[in-house]
Amino acid sequence: MLRIEGLTAEIDGKAILRGIDLEVPSGELHAIMGPNGSGKSTLSYVLSGREGYEITGGSVTFNGVDLLAMEPEERAAAGVFLAFQYPVELPGVGNANFLRTALNAQRRHRGENEVDAMQFLKLARARMKELSMPEDMLKRGVNVGFSGGEKKRNEVLQMALLSPKLAILDETDSGLDIDALKIVSEGVNALRSPAFSALIITHYQRLLDYIVPDRVHVLMAGRIVKSGGPELALALEASGYASVAA
Amino acid sequence: MNAIVNNNAAGLLGRADALATPAWAAETRAAGIAALRAHGLPTRRAEAFRYTDLAQVAQASFGENSPMGARGLGMPSLPLTRGAARLVFVDGVLRGDLSSLPPRPLSDAQALLGGLTSLPTQPIAAMNAALFEDGLFLDVPEGEDAGLVELVCVVTGARGAIGFHPRHVLRLGRRAKLTLLDTSDGAAGLAYLHNPVFEISLDEGAELAHVRIQREGRAAFHLSSVHCAIAAGATYDNFTLNAGGRLARNEIHAALNGPKAMCHMNGAQLVGDGQHADTTTVLHHAAPDCGSRQTYKTVLTGKSRGVFQGKILVSKPAQRTDGYQMNQALLLSEEAEMDSKPQLEIYADDVKCSHGATVGALDPAQLFYLRSRGIPQQAARSMLVEAFLTEATEGVGDEACRAALSEAVTAWWAQERA
Repeated sequence: MLRIEGLTAEIDGKAILRGIDLEVPSGELHAIMGPNGSGKSTLSYVLSGREGYEITGGSVTFNGVDLLAMEPEERAAAGVFLAFQYPVELPGVGNANFLRTALNAQRRHRGENEVDAMQFLKLARARMKELSMPEDMLKRGVNVGFSGGEKKRNEVLQMALLSPKLAILDETDSGLDIDALKIVSEGVNALRSPAFSALIITHYQRLLDYIVPDRVHVLMAGRIVKSGGPELALALEASGYASVAA
Repeated sequence: MNAIVNNNAAGLLGRADALATPAWAAETRAAGIAALRAHGLPTRRAEAFRYTDLAQVAQASFGENSPMGARGLGMPSLPLTRGAARLVFVDGVLRGDLSSLPPRPLSDAQALLGGLTSLPTQPIAAMNAALFEDGLFLDVPEGEDAGLVELVCVVTGARGAIGFHPRHVLRLGRRAKLTLLDTSDGAAGLAYLHNPVFEISLDEGAELAHVRIQREGRAAFHLSSVHCAIAAGATYDNFTLNAGGRLARNEIHAALNGPKAMCHMNGAQLVGDGQHADTTTVLHHAAPDCGSRQTYKTVLTGKSRGVFQGKILVSKPAQRTDGYQMNQALLLSEEAEMDSKPQLEIYADDVKCSHGATVGALDPAQLFYLRSRGIPQQAARSMLVEAFLTEATEGVGDEACRAALSEAVTAWWAQERA
């Protein structure tokens, strides 16, 4: 599904990614762990197409297509979803309007029928119930006045509605209490299928108790320095990143 | 103003001299002519007109004033609110046949004329005083709710590039209520002048919601000023959409004269290529325990210029004033320019007054967030521009007015992004 080869990228002339090789097959969930500044967020932004990152080498293919040549909206329509570490507030844009516009933009791009307002509401309400989200969050401005936990749940709601093929979760666990963490994890686990893959970027092992990955990769100074099974995350928790680097 | 004495208003003065002046209008007209004669039209040397040059207006020549009773001019189709009382001016002429409100003659308002203006320092009002002939007079008696009244001004071009200088006078008695929706439309490509002046007196506890939609043709001049005296416990709520004309300036001069009076002045300016839009507010807190709220939003595209000047004067007796002013501009083009001049002058010591101004482009983080969800760049930009403007219009209480505003904003943006 996702194949990254020798990927290097820089911001303002400063190298952040220094040669990343990674393959995520269909149906697998991979965790990327690493200390602050190791390039975790940069990797997620480069994969989703944010401006300001200079790709200096390597390639990324998504189901055989050159992902780096696509606009952000094309990547989304192709099935890539980024759950933001810091979801953006959009004052004046209603959450329901935003979600339906996004859903229909992707459907249009794929040549599918658009969903009307009634169908959408039905769909959204069902998903929101699963995520224990109050219904008035549909009426409010996107992420405006949402608590940290509500913002993260709103990311997972978007993911559930847009049903991507590849989800990149950028520190989705940060700022969540244990109840919210469980709800968010259930939201991700509900999407697990042979056609769904995920890159779970996290600082801590805690999230991986709830979303059990197939593989764990350790990112340090812009390179993946170690890969292993779920047990690698536990080892990191016990002995820290320094022991891996050594 | 002494340094600005000139005769650049000669064309306007010539037209004023040619007008027949009924006795009830004589004093106001004479004062207007005297002010124009002494000061002319301001150049950019005048502080209040530093960003807006009226030289183009001084140089242009506008056709004859409206002879009363002209008939047979076409009425363009307009989205009018069903069932509202309405007064319609077409090409400067009050059209009784199109109006549903029995017009009260402006001569009845003689005692109120010129009471709220200060012509030597208000050239837009002076121009109107020198050349006005007609206008709306609404006098809402004590305790009455007059509902929604529409004032419609349309310039079709059937009589050429006219100069139209209506004087509108409103008086609301104690606890009286009124919503006035005032729209200005005109033919594209026609360099006419619309120069309306409003004189508004609100007695104790009265409430006026005044919604203005300025959508003149793109070659027109729109120079308007609103003068409002607000008594104790009364509320003046102005929303102005400033979207048309080659050169548009809307001035609001409001005075909170009695305790616990309120003034809201909000608006949006939509400024496209080749346009210049100016909103200038002067708010005088003259009494204690009054509140004021101002939020203005400007969106600029192409080569355009927007101006916001907002002065709040808090006099010594105006203790416990609660004032707020915010003005935000969104620049969608490298060639657009916004000039913003907030001004606070405070003489009372127990006052809460805040103001802020922001000028910027669309936020790249917001754009990326929308695009990362599959929304194409153009649609994402539209959503953010509409959201920016929605924040301004959503505070308008009257549903019909809010709908009219929202429609005008959507239509403007649809045209601009095309």
